[in-house]
Amino acid sequence: MPDDPTRPDIEVVDLRKRFGPLEVLNGVSLTVQPSEVVCVIGPSGSGKSTLLRCVNRLEEPTSGSIRIEGDDILDPECDIDRVRRKIGMVFQAFNLFPHLTVLGNCTIAQRKVLGRPRTLAERTAREMLERVGLADKVDEHPVRLSGGQQQRVAIARALCLHPDMMLFDEVTSALDPELVGEVLASMRQLADEGMTMLVVTHEMGFARRVADRVVFMDEGLIVEEGPPEQVLDAPREARTRRFLQQVGERDEA
Amino acid sequence: MFTVLAFAVGFVLALMLAIMRLSPLRPYRWFAAAWIEVFRGLPALVTIFTIGYAVPIALGFRVPGVYGPGAMALGIVYSAYMAETIRAGIEAVPRGQREAARSLGMTSARSLVSIVLPQAFRIIIPPLTNEVVALIKDTSLLYVLGTTASTIEITKFAREGVSRTFNITPLLAGALVYLAITIPLTRAVGLLERRNRRAR
Ligand SMILES: Nc1ncnc2c1ncn2[C@@H]1O[C@H](COP(=O)(O)OP(=O)(O)OP(=O)(O)O)[C@@H](O)[C@H]1O
Ligand SMILES: [Mg+2]
Repeated sequence: MPDDPTRPDIEVVDLRKRFGPLEVLNGVSLTVQPSEVVCVIGPSGSGKSTLLRCVNRLEEPTSGSIRIEGDDILDPECDIDRVRRKIGMVFQAFNLFPHLTVLGNCTIAQRKVLGRPRTLAERTAREMLERVGLADKVDEHPVRLSGGQQQRVAIARALCLHPDMMLFDEVTSALDPELVGEVLASMRQLADEGMTMLVVTHEMGFARRVADRVVFMDEGLIVEEGPPEQVLDAPREARTRRFLQQVGERDEA
Repeated sequence: MFTVLAFAVGFVLALMLAIMRLSPLRPYRWFAAAWIEVFRGLPALVTIFTIGYAVPIALGFRVPGVYGPGAMALGIVYSAYMAETIRAGIEAVPRGQREAARSLGMTSARSLVSIVLPQAFRIIIPPLTNEVVALIKDTSLLYVLGTTASTIEITKFAREGVSRTFNITPLLAGALVYLAITIPLTRAVGLLERRNRRAR
């Protein structure tokens, strides 16, 4: 089947997720087109991480539908491991594999999932590490790297599978302020190269400069979405305004 | 020899039990939990007698080999202890490790083998060694099964020495042999552990 140019990479419809009695997502619908960068902002506990984790089914939704490049990933017939290869994910806590070197982190999935021979896997890994500026760290163990370097390795690790889209969950929140920039730079470069990205972030500057669209979530719902200049500078909803005010005050403090 | 075999049996059983214990499927969890409770609850000597004498008599089946019954019995006993140790190790690996592996397209089994278990084993080397030391000491219980010359464990050898000569020197010698095995082992692992910690 030839690629339909209008088919979204990610299409979430009326997604609901409950943890026991706690309703975390109350009917979220969201579409991300190929090469689009969508930033999700919102207060703590609003369900941003849960939304992201449902998109590659690290979390099992309660109801709703999720399509990745047109395939319904909630269909029991769907091979989720195959779908996940198309979706790179980067976590707040890096989650590098501490028992492997940087190179090992970047080659293990290529070898065990794609069955690539070692030489090809290593070549690809070096190439991706080069892209995030860490070609000289291949033989280090993750613990020996700074947080910013670890997070860039995590980005490279995901890129090694040549994903069609990437999910980022507050990837700079665990970093010292002076290390945030290098990670955002790698993400920005990725966006410029045309990667489809769904980014949960508290970095308003990044959202403003890089996002095609900003989504504001609160209490498990999308309250407002639109181009960054609208949502961030002229929000229509009172809740969005209140949130931005609080974030703004904190940034100035 | 008993130790090596019993450890091999125990370890393989323990690994399977630990994985069953963490399985989402309830029958597996129950089976593993029951196994662990029973064999930790029974005195080791009872299990040894059961496998060594009762099972062959009742079922007409004897674990083959000279070392077979003893190693099997001790292996079963220690599988219960080691299963809990391995389970604790698996649970000590942060959840994010498994999630990162899954997000890279690894199957559940693959992330267990390539990502979670290697980290779990590093964590459990110290407690696992304590269990090996205990296992070595418990091979002395197997004298109750030792009937042929080749299965004579150190203790049996010593005990016979005592009754033949009315002299406790052989018993002391036996004790020394046990210590000679267990003390260096404990030391070696301490070293290994320190090296491991430095590597991380
Ligand atoms: N596995 C879980 N079990 C139970 N409750 C959960 C689980 N994961 C998340 N929650 C709850 O769901 C709610 C939304 O969590 P989520 O992590 O999606 O929020 P978030 O918008 O990402 O917040 P933050 O900005 O703090 O990361 C929270 O109240 C959280 O406690
Ligand atoms: Mg979150």
